[in-house]
Amino acid sequence: MTSLVLYPLAGVVALALGLAGLVTRPHLLTKVLAFNLMATGASLLLVGLGHDGTASSDPVPQAMVLTGIVVSVSATAVALAIIARLSRLDPDGVERSD
Amino acid sequence: MDGPVTASVGWLVAAPLAGSVATFLLRGRRGASEAVLLLTALAAALATNGLVARIMGSGPYTVEIGSWGAPAGIEWAVDDLSAAFLAVALPVWIAATIVAHGLLHSPRSPRDARVFRKEPGPTARTFWPLWLLLWGGVNALFLSADLFNLYVALELAGLAGVALVATAGVLPALQAALRYFFANVAGSISFLTGVALVYHRYQTLDLQLLRSAAESDASTTVALALLGAGLLLKAALFPMHAWLPRAHAAAPAPVSAILSALVVKAPVYLVLRLWLDVFHVALPPSVLTFVGALGAIGIVWGSARALRVERLKSLIAYSTVAQVGLLFTAFPIVHAAGSRDARWGLVFLAVGHAVAKASMFLAAGGLARAHGHDRLDQMTGFGAREPLCTYAFGLGGMSLLGVPGTIGFSGKWLLATSGLEVWAVPWVVAVSASALLTAAYVWRVLAIAIRSAPEPAGTRPLARRIAWSAFALAVLTVALGLGSGPFVEPLP
Repeated sequence: MTSLVLYPLAGVVALALGLAGLVTRPHLLTKVLAFNLMATGASLLLVGLGHDGTASSDPVPQAMVLTGIVVSVSATAVALAIIARLSRLDPDGVERSD
Repeated sequence: MDGPVTASVGWLVAAPLAGSVATFLLRGRRGASEAVLLLTALAAALATNGLVARIMGSGPYTVEIGSWGAPAGIEWAVDDLSAAFLAVALPVWIAATIVAHGLLHSPRSPRDARVFRKEPGPTARTFWPLWLLLWGGVNALFLSADLFNLYVALELAGLAGVALVATAGVLPALQAALRYFFANVAGSISFLTGVALVYHRYQTLDLQLLRSAAESDASTTVALALLGAGLLLKAALFPMHAWLPRAHAAAPAPVSAILSALVVKAPVYLVLRLWLDVFHVALPPSVLTFVGALGAIGIVWGSARALRVERLKSLIAYSTVAQVGLLFTAFPIVHAAGSRDARWGLVFLAVGHAVAKASMFLAAGGLARAHGHDRLDQMTGFGAREPLCTYAFGLGGMSLLGVPGTIGFSGKWLLATSGLEVWAVPWVVAVSASALLTAAYVWRVLAIAIRSAPEPAGTRPLARRIAWSAFALAVLTVALGLGSGPFVEPLP
């Protein structure tokens, strides 16, 4: 019973922490990590809500989370590629974004 | 029975995606890239033609991908709304592709060759794969009839858009691309969380099944708020617009044109689809009042900034913030009137902005290439040097402010008349007042264009196809305006 509440709740907490980091932290790499935390939170929420406490869980949320993981890996790659390019043009720019 | 048509709609997504892979493998080789682009455009044109013909003939239809229907499979759906957006997107894509090709490959004078080699900017090798990826992603957004599919398409279009902004290569473009990226992923994750809640509540993601199952309760309201917040962030509704002006101003001009014309329009279309169509019964009307009020502030804020910025592309980008505000100001009217006329008014306004804004950005790209920069104070008298680009900008601007005969007028007229019928007076006033503000910043540019001044040093001739493509889109705003006459006529 507790896991029914625990997983979605942990997902919401991770989402909120990630969002706070994304908005408040100036370092670009911290922002990337924060967005990954948000994505993980959303995945946990998806799977947690799809879990009904019995042995057989709904496979659809899990399929969606798999796709979501692929999407966030690609998104992270795009962000890191742009940050790498940026750090060559402006080495200090990675630590402070406006 | 729908075999050939099925194949035909699928090409709208399959052809650009296949083209993206092909151009990547061809490494931007001259000739081969052009062949891929031509085939993609041809496939998209045939598919769009097929779907519009079928919508006009027999109405909305769905396509089951691989014959797997909902709820297990994924469906694409076409109705008059998505057909209108797809039909207008096609000429925008073709014109922008021609301009992008012109800017990437236009012959450069020997004097400039040395300067150009050092100039950062997109290369054919990196540009075309991303461009076609964005094309496929945006088309998928208008076709998907499944919430999770929509999420994937949003990410596809968003990431391709971010990367295309970054192809400009200079530091401000990279910074703008990253801001765009973070706003975009925050929006996507909000949308995904909304998808999770919808699935938990209804056990399906298919829009048609959701339309019949939708109920007004707390979890649906939270889900709609999360879906909406993600989309409004991606649509850059005030005060979530801060990422847009820099990204759209820093991107290469054809990319700016597509981002402003289509990539911010897709979330507007999805808000219309989800809030006023699929979950119509579950939406608290006060949400629309709130969104409309934000839109009205956005009109004033975006226009005020457009009157003050120093660069032409920034001006057009801030105009997009104002025009997105205008679209959301129309939402309360569409909801209150609940009529076909009001809905078409909003659609005309949205597609009209798409065509007009694309033509203005392409014209600005031409002017920036001709001058080597887009600082307005050093462009005085550009009307005499680049008349076609100036006409394109002016005509696009006329459509934005709603001069009769343009598609912008048809949209505003339908919204104003339907709004007055249900006494939605403040929203009608906001829609009408936006025209005055639009006129002010369009005139600001035209006043600089028509002043006579000696030609600045370093001005270079422009490939003709760039100016002609921008001009063709501007003419399209008038053609659409005249074509929409039958919608406007039967009104009192």
